[in-house]
Amino acid sequence: MIKKSYEEINSKIKNGTAVVLTAEEIISMVEEQGIAATTRKVDVVTTGTFGAMCSSGAFINLGHSNPPIKMSKIRLNDVPASGGLAAVDTYIGATEVSDSDENYGGAHVIEDLVAGKNIRLQASSYGTDCYPRKAIDTLITKDSINECFLFNPRNAYQNYSAAANSTDNILYTYMGTLLPKFGNVTYSTAGQLSPLLNDPYLRTIGLGTRIFLAGTEGYVAWNGTQFNPSKPRNEKGVPLGAAATLSLVGNLKNMSTDYLKAAVFKNYGVSLFVGIGIPIPLLDEEITQFTAVRDQDIQTSVYDYGVPDRSRPALKTVSYAELKSGMIELNGKKVRTAPMSSLYKARAIANQLKSWIQKGSFLLTEPVAPLPSEANILSLDERR
Amino acid sequence: MAKERVLLIFSTETYDKALTYHLIHDCNVKINILKASITPGKEGHLLIDIDGSEEDVASAYQYLTQEQIKVVPANRQISIDKDLCIHCGACTAVCFAEAMSLNRDSWQVEFSPKKCIACGLCVNACPLRIISIAGDNLACTMVE
Repeated sequence: MIKKSYEEINSKIKNGTAVVLTAEEIISMVEEQGIAATTRKVDVVTTGTFGAMCSSGAFINLGHSNPPIKMSKIRLNDVPASGGLAAVDTYIGATEVSDSDENYGGAHVIEDLVAGKNIRLQASSYGTDCYPRKAIDTLITKDSINECFLFNPRNAYQNYSAAANSTDNILYTYMGTLLPKFGNVTYSTAGQLSPLLNDPYLRTIGLGTRIFLAGTEGYVAWNGTQFNPSKPRNEKGVPLGAAATLSLVGNLKNMSTDYLKAAVFKNYGVSLFVGIGIPIPLLDEEITQFTAVRDQDIQTSVYDYGVPDRSRPALKTVSYAELKSGMIELNGKKVRTAPMSSLYKARAIANQLKSWIQKGSFLLTEPVAPLPSEANILSLDERR
Repeated sequence: MAKERVLLIFSTETYDKALTYHLIHDCNVKINILKASITPGKEGHLLIDIDGSEEDVASAYQYLTQEQIKVVPANRQISIDKDLCIHCGACTAVCFAEAMSLNRDSWQVEFSPKKCIACGLCVNACPLRIISIAGDNLACTMVE
């Protein structure tokens, strides 16, 4: 039984001898050389995903004006931001929509900040003895403000259901445009490249894990919201639906618009494409086995988004190999499939992270604490 | 022989011409109407295939120009700002003409203008809003 420690792997990374493969490359290596040989030879597997993740946003400290103001109503490029923190702290959520343009929202403000553009800040206050000022209207950039960090409550879903539409009308959803009468099926995952599908029990991913976040290093801050590791799993340990999630944090000032893109989904709203890559250390053979997961080993269910109910009926279980082929059979008909997350970018992220590790500029971290191994999602029941 | 797909845009003054009759009768070309949107008093759009000898197709163009109808080759109708594309594939979900497709090796979105019927569904399906269509997004509204 081969065992490697974080320290051993990191010392190899530091002296430039670590062997790093992407989650796609490891598959053929395991097929050709087997689990034991691969575990001996390979130190790290890099993963990647680039999808729309609504539960994203940024904390900003705007700096104090003279005279100072305790900002209680805040707008950035006409997009409302939280006034519920200390005087000049705010949080801008990705899905918050501009008061004047439905195709511009918090995600665009975040992308524009990263791009170095001017952002108009308008704030008002009721005025206090210590913060007498009642209004301000000025411009900020990422260089004129203090801290500015992305803090996303729920990212990197471990598996997600696919979507179809049984109705007679086009549905515009966060899963894209769903054509009537099962005209298409959309799915959103990087499959065999996806971070949490390569470490299904989160053995190496926990609190404090250093990751690739939107072009710079970021960290796992907490388990994500709606964290549900108790979902049923297949024989490979892969959850069969939306299971674990991550809450992520990173310095927005160092991020790149190549890996952070605002998006508009018609009749749904604004969202943010976030690029995430997580390195997985091959500590033992079990982990190697997990990272060798292939699209045909990962299944999800197709749901009918035409049913406006929390418990939508599952139409079919399919593998990502089938979904990625471009066509699946649904109700005896061939139906076109399309991804909503970019596999091209996911691959670029896995490769970028691989090169950082190979160059010795990115070291792996042992989790400070594990994420919960059991949790359940509660529904919101109405009562008074 | 030549077969070309064009979008005809006619103004409020030219919308009532018996256009297809003249094209077929006088220019001797085959016309296949793929999409039409004509409202009296408003700008109209017609997406057609023109099929005939080089000479006849040329005379068809001459007739259309003479009638002050704007002829836009169909491959110029949809335009994509390729530098901004993240290759998510959302446009391929709605493209039943399969003009937008994913290369399954590189996973990049590829556009084949010749297959495009300019339905415009991809314009709204694109989450980055980088696809546009010539002619006032009219083909787009026609589908909905």
